[in-house]
Amino acid sequence: MKVFFLRIYDIYQFSLRFWKEVFLPPYEYKEVFNQFYEVGIRSLSIITLTGFITGLVFTKQSRSSLAEFGATSWLPSLMAIALLRALAPLVTALIIAGKVGSNIGAELGSMRVTEQIEAMEVSSTNPFKFLVVSRVLATTFIVPLLAIYMGFVGLLGAFVNVYNNEQTSFTSFFQEAFMRITFLDLFTLVLKSAIYGYTIGMTGCFNGYYADQGTVGVGRAANTAVVVSMFVIFIEEMLIVTLINNYR
Amino acid sequence: MANDTSEKYHKHSPANIDRNNVVVSLRNIKKAFGSLEVLKGIDLDIFAGENVVVLGRSGSGKSVLIKIIAGLLRPDEGTVQVLGKEIDQLDVHELQELRSKIGFSFQGSALYDGMNVRSNLEFPLVRNKRNLSSQEVQKAIEKVLDDVGLSQTINQMPAELSGGQKKRIGIARTLILQPEIMLYDEPTAGLDPLTSEEINDLINEVQQQYKTSAVIITHDLTCAKSTGDRVVMLSEGRFLREGSFEKVFDTDDPVIKKFYNYNFISDS
Repeated sequence: MKVFFLRIYDIYQFSLRFWKEVFLPPYEYKEVFNQFYEVGIRSLSIITLTGFITGLVFTKQSRSSLAEFGATSWLPSLMAIALLRALAPLVTALIIAGKVGSNIGAELGSMRVTEQIEAMEVSSTNPFKFLVVSRVLATTFIVPLLAIYMGFVGLLGAFVNVYNNEQTSFTSFFQEAFMRITFLDLFTLVLKSAIYGYTIGMTGCFNGYYADQGTVGVGRAANTAVVVSMFVIFIEEMLIVTLINNYR
Repeated sequence: MANDTSEKYHKHSPANIDRNNVVVSLRNIKKAFGSLEVLKGIDLDIFAGENVVVLGRSGSGKSVLIKIIAGLLRPDEGTVQVLGKEIDQLDVHELQELRSKIGFSFQGSALYDGMNVRSNLEFPLVRNKRNLSSQEVQKAIEKVLDDVGLSQTINQMPAELSGGQKKRIGIARTLILQPEIMLYDEPTAGLDPLTSEEINDLINEVQQQYKTSAVIITHDLTCAKSTGDRVVMLSEGRFLREGSFEKVFDTDDPVIKKFYNYNFISDS
């Protein structure tokens, strides 16, 4: 139990250091943009594929239930609400946790056990700023963008299914879809995706930065980064939905 | 006994040591990890221009000692002064400034895997000397690569380099900041005898050319004899003997004799 609370305290200190370092110069612009590319562009293909399939399959599964009530015309707005309020941010975060979170944990972990982080320290460079701040900023800013993108691609998948069955036009599908979407939905999508992104970056960096016990430690850092961030993301989802629903 | 080791390995180039200028001063350094006492009261002075070799078995606390000098570890007790500054009293920025005058060559080289040789060398330089033009950076990179004899590797990735080349690039990365003190952690570990000899020569060249003082952590007697102006023998957290290579091993102390004999037999 004591170890658990000490760990929580370490995470708190790590997080506090991030918020201190993020505003202090010098800024590692080049590395931040490099990480934007690594997290964003390199995840586009998997986000596109999963987003499209999620939209397509979810529409297909929902169709039969709505058809019983003759309400298949609700499919566009149902899909828009499902995707933008829940599926897009959650699925994007889970994919990025698996793909990027594990990568950050393993990369920083192997840098720790091969003394590369210490090498940065002794060469008078701040490794926290270069490695941690850049990666956490990248996940925090890129996950919301990817979530919006996934929402759009998911709606395209939904449109393909609706078009095949009802021959609804592209324009009327999207008019229907966005009819019930409010500013609060879009704001929540961006906010919670940013929180998920921050969680993924912090969890990956924390586990990698303090990895020990050689190659075993690197594997553990990557694994813990994914498992813990997914667990925390689900808890955050529950809390945010509960909180936001009070304002609807 | 010390004469058993071939004369060809003896350090020939006389060092220009300034005995009035202490660059590293350790007083009563103690360090423990849990119940394991690693250093039990170490006192050591290193003079400007001097190469001091710390010899000892694996696990004797050599690497802990060198990391304490670099400020990577804090001692439990005692004081560390580097270039006249007490490390414990420095804030983050002062410590960073001091570290730019200390070069640390890691046992595993610690080259940044994701960067090629050029970027590895550029990394500390552009962060410590932000007003340099790209031409000056390029010139500095070419100079240190030339100094370590590896100009042709500039665009190679660390994974494409041999163990000896990695060590050299690791040393070049520290030299690019023109350090006053060099810390070598097991510079010849894992290298074949010929490559080890090249690294020993490089350590001496660095001392001559860059006018550095150095702490060389090793368990390799050839390295100690080739590079050290002074040798200290560390065993079970304490210095057993100190002096020239010959003086340290001219003893009947069973620990030192055993260390020498094992090393000599394995070298043979």
